[in-house]
Amino acid sequence: MQAAGRGPADGRQDRGLTLPGPAPGPALGDIERVFRAEYGRAVAVLTRVFGDIDTAEDAVQDAFAEAARRWPSAGLPPSPAGWIITTARNRAIDRLRREAARDAKQGQAALLHEQDDSAEEGPVRDDRLRLIFTCCHPALGTAARVALTLRLLGGLTTAEIAHAFLVPEPTMAQRLVRAKAKIRDAGIPYRVPAEADLPARLSGVLAVVYLIFNEGYTASSGDQLARADLCAEAIRLGRLLARLMPDEPEVLGLLALMLLTESRRAARTSPDGALVLLADQDRSRWDRALIAEGRALVRQCLRRGQPGPYQIQAAINAVHSDAPLAAATDWEQILRLYDQLLVVAPSPVVALNRAVAVAELDGPAAALALVDDLDSSNLDRYYLFHAIRADLLRRLGRRAEADAAYDTAITQTGNAAERAHLALAKQQLSQPDGVAEGERQERGDRGPGIVDPESPGSSPSDDEGRRRA
Amino acid sequence: MKQYLLSIYQPDGDPPPPEVLEPIMRDIEAVDAEMRAAGAWVFTGGLHPPDTATVLRADGGGVLVTDGPFAEGKEHIGGFWIIRAPDLDAALDWARKATAACKLPVEVRPMVDRTEG
Repeated sequence: MQAAGRGPADGRQDRGLTLPGPAPGPALGDIERVFRAEYGRAVAVLTRVFGDIDTAEDAVQDAFAEAARRWPSAGLPPSPAGWIITTARNRAIDRLRREAARDAKQGQAALLHEQDDSAEEGPVRDDRLRLIFTCCHPALGTAARVALTLRLLGGLTTAEIAHAFLVPEPTMAQRLVRAKAKIRDAGIPYRVPAEADLPARLSGVLAVVYLIFNEGYTASSGDQLARADLCAEAIRLGRLLARLMPDEPEVLGLLALMLLTESRRAARTSPDGALVLLADQDRSRWDRALIAEGRALVRQCLRRGQPGPYQIQAAINAVHSDAPLAAATDWEQILRLYDQLLVVAPSPVVALNRAVAVAELDGPAAALALVDDLDSSNLDRYYLFHAIRADLLRRLGRRAEADAAYDTAITQTGNAAERAHLALAKQQLSQPDGVAEGERQERGDRGPGIVDPESPGSSPSDDEGRRRA
Repeated sequence: MKQYLLSIYQPDGDPPPPEVLEPIMRDIEAVDAEMRAAGAWVFTGGLHPPDTATVLRADGGGVLVTDGPFAEGKEHIGGFWIIRAPDLDAALDWARKATAACKLPVEVRPMVDRTEG
């Protein structure tokens, strides 16, 4: 019975943007640019018009295929987005009429749902917001939310998403088909939640965007330290949300956090691909434009006086960005911010990161006492818990214990660059100057995970998001 | 309007003592009344314990009759509602009230709409 309601789109391979024939010159880049910029908007509008995501996706892909045939010779239309939406809508109506003629009920239903809406550019902004709340609905699993958001709003192909999350393409395709079927069959609404539900629902949306960013920043497994494309996509989604919900301080906070973290990307990896910790980074390689934008957002949202976890984490990153040298870092301010973060978003991961700041102010012994007091049941599988313990033990000259903690940390990360970094630190333990090395007050740019209130172990849903097939 | 099945997952074993159960039953009846008043109520039912169940299974030419619930487990459906709701969010709102009242997990499942095809 379940299969009866399914349209022809199920199981169909999504085509992404396939351009026919030889490269027709500069227009190809233009079409790709329009595709990246407008895919989500077009799917969002068409989903509202036809009440069905598969219908919308098929139609938008048809329209882009048409654009790829036409635009190289005809040139870009005055409003490419409007052209895509109008073309997609006409294609959808054609297709639905054909299906309705074959007595396919879904075609009839979608045609019936079709609303007359000539002002296509008007409510468009709300449509994307609606779509992201549908994609990030709490009734969907975390992995499905991430995949749907990247697919429908980001316009990534199933193959690209599968590649980014290291799952086989058929697995990802099935995940998307199931998620879309649940949206349709369970009646997950296509709307921005009511005021009363908005805070909880918005935090779910932000968590998905941040999860995408985190996965791009420190790929949880694989050989690359970072997958820049996922970070770029998360920032794009963050900017979109900031435009659509400029009065939500946490939305601005998340964007600021991502921009400030991203500003250090170039400095985070040495030419040979090794991880460079925050304290050792060449700060001249930080991206000043991203820092300025992130800092301005931090100031803007903190002025509202409704601090939330993303804003505070962004503020912590802004303090790091302020320091011209690692030694000039204002750790007291960072500790105060962590205290605040522990109040608004208490978690063992936040407490762990607070301990790192304590180590800078009161020394490794005080920090280790805090770390060892944490309930390790939640943190035992979190490699940074062991990496931070190892580092503190090393700085205290407790080499054997540090060695064991490094070993545990190494087994708990799937990221090759992080593993290599930990292996090097472990190796340096046994060198004569290993302890002296420790006096350099090495501090980690542990990536956003270190200050992530939703990091592994803190919530079961997050584990699901990170699970790899 | 779609219809949803809200089922209560009840742990097997003896029911709680009357002083615990009675306020729960009152709360459940209050949710029931609220559903009726809102026009969301379609049907409701409480079930006897799973060891009162009998399972029948078509097996070759005949039908096999066995004692006990079909699925071995530590919990079984103890009761259910069928409600009418415009979308999942509305159904989840009722399920929130239902789980708060019965203090047990409540599963929400959309029912197939015959007119959907």
